[in-house]
Amino acid sequence: MKDDVVEIRWHGRGGQGAKTACLLLADVAFSSGKYVQGFPEYGPERMGAPITAYNRISDHVCNVHSNIYHPNFVVVVDETLLKSVDVTSGLKENGALIVNSSKDPEEVRKEVPGYQGKICCVDAEKISMETLGKNFPNTPMLAAAVKVSNVIERDQFIKDMKSSFQHKFRHKPQVIEGNMKALKKSMEEIKVS
Amino acid sequence: MFRRAQDINEKSTWQELTPGAEIYEPATSLQVKTGDWRVMVPVFKEAQCKQCLLCVPFCPDNSIPVKDGRRLDFDFDHCKGCGICYKVCKFEAIDFVKEEK
Amino acid sequence: MAIRERLSGNEAVATAMRQIDPDVMGAFPITPSTEIPQYFSDFIANGKVHTEFIPVESEHSAMSTCMGASAAGARAVTATSSAGLAFMYELLWVSASMRLPITMAVVNRALTGPININNDHSDSMGARDSGWMQIYAETNQEVYDNFIQAVLIAEACRLPIMVCQDGFITSHGVSNIDLIEDEKVKAFVGEYEPENYLLKHDNPLAVGPYGVSPYYMEIKRAQAQAMKDAMPVIRDVANKFYDMTGRQYGFFEEYKMDDADVALVVIGSSAGTGKEAVDRLRSEGQKVGLIKLRVFRPFPRIPLAEAMCKVKAVAIMDKAEGFSNSGGPLFNEARNSLYDLPDKPYAVNYIYGLGGRDITVEDFYDIYRDLYVICENDDPGDVYRYVGVRDSRY
Repeated sequence: MKDDVVEIRWHGRGGQGAKTACLLLADVAFSSGKYVQGFPEYGPERMGAPITAYNRISDHVCNVHSNIYHPNFVVVVDETLLKSVDVTSGLKENGALIVNSSKDPEEVRKEVPGYQGKICCVDAEKISMETLGKNFPNTPMLAAAVKVSNVIERDQFIKDMKSSFQHKFRHKPQVIEGNMKALKKSMEEIKVS
Repeated sequence: MFRRAQDINEKSTWQELTPGAEIYEPATSLQVKTGDWRVMVPVFKEAQCKQCLLCVPFCPDNSIPVKDGRRLDFDFDHCKGCGICYKVCKFEAIDFVKEEK
Repeated sequence: MAIRERLSGNEAVATAMRQIDPDVMGAFPITPSTEIPQYFSDFIANGKVHTEFIPVESEHSAMSTCMGASAAGARAVTATSSAGLAFMYELLWVSASMRLPITMAVVNRALTGPININNDHSDSMGARDSGWMQIYAETNQEVYDNFIQAVLIAEACRLPIMVCQDGFITSHGVSNIDLIEDEKVKAFVGEYEPENYLLKHDNPLAVGPYGVSPYYMEIKRAQAQAMKDAMPVIRDVANKFYDMTGRQYGFFEEYKMDDADVALVVIGSSAGTGKEAVDRLRSEGQKVGLIKLRVFRPFPRIPLAEAMCKVKAVAIMDKAEGFSNSGGPLFNEARNSLYDLPDKPYAVNYIYGLGGRDITVEDFYDIYRDLYVICENDDPGDVYRYVGVRDSRY
């Protein structure tokens, strides 16, 4: 891979919005002028089945069309996957593992033996409940991924997300503010090992 | 400019055919004289005919012309001599005989 | 000015269809092409197109709808995948023989047995002898550009055309794309004005007649000529497209072939992954190249053979197993094209990527390494090979 390409792998469960978060990340990175890829891995999915989605983000066109085996960052939208899926497989040590969890990063580290790199935890469920009143972990996880990977500058990200939400929720404007709060809160509360 | 059906025959080369073998005019079946296939031939006996016209829709080859509500003699260019008209006629107005060629 | 966008491959095709605004779309949904008629019906609901959208009960009917519409004089499009394409099988032959310029988006997916929804080329490769033209895309940009060109190619050749892309890999992958302004696309494709059509009032027409033996072979020979004559048409349309967009398309793309020792021939999205392998190997001093085949029907036999002859060994990649006992369909045709040339490279086949099996940059490394071994040993070994399959022997 050309060195400037940031590769991100998402792990979630069908129905939790990991694919949506992946495509949203591609969207906002695109808006900030990047070349992007956002693609889920498709199979016979059902609600709750483990799913994987991928992003490549770069300043140059990216030709590669394979899945991502050596990501810079891994985002785990559902921490129960730590037990069943080898989420850190191929994860670069100078990258980071970003987990939706109320635990401290060092506690999460016990669940990924062998992995020496950075671990970041954000309690996306709590943030989502506080700001949206429902458990939609993908918005806080997206913000966490942006904050940790630094693929987009924060203020630009906040600005782009606002216009994206205004478009997406034009028929439900009452949820825009909550989503914006969720983004900012996630970026503030994220715990880094 | 369309190539007319009458200009296409079993000697035509592939270059001389139309795209997709399209036919650019109606009623080209009239050009094929299926009357040549006939062994038996129907004979129209006008004096006995009541002009009920039952034979007309039964003819599978559209070979019984009708003018002003009355049938005329057979179109022998296209009649194949199947004999259906002879069978359906209630008035013995059609004979069916071996054709002398 | 191009419009900078990010779209999935399916959105890209639906967008091209919106801009073309065809007269008729007959469609039945099947994964992974379902989104194309889905997005397109949004455009219809929102009044963005004037197309008569005919949702039918099967792909057999979808193709029949397009055939009826096309024969009547309409510009007709559809989209399908895998078993859907297989269900059209009979009509593919009929529509090509009737010389109906239908444009079909094919989102390539493995044919069933065992059932699988992911990408390979077994569906369209299975229909390679149907008389349809076939153009393949590496990226979302290419499938969009190909679809716009395809409409003109089909109508100029009076042959139907499949515009193929890799299911999920590009069809559901979002990436950057430069769109062309609506009015430019409309001007590019123009109005469809066939010389003859069923609804032409002053010129009665009969289509699809019975072809008795004294005519059938001449009809087929004329059809084969149309496929031969498609070559310059595809080139001319690509030139016209280049004038509009600055994006260049040929029968195939040569990537770093000029001084290459060894090369791959590959179709579709995997070409991008192969190019990355080429770049990395070249940075290590290895002179490797890649040929990405865009047009499979008509098969660009002579130019492709000339391009392959620049190297000492080529790996011809098939994302479809032909069960022929002599390699995949691309291998057989590409290798056949070399036969008349005096200085031909070694040519070996790799079957890869069946049913969504991923192919990586590292897999391509291995293939290039194999090619160098062939050159060193002056022996191709077994020419019919697999890559990316678990094998007890290795």
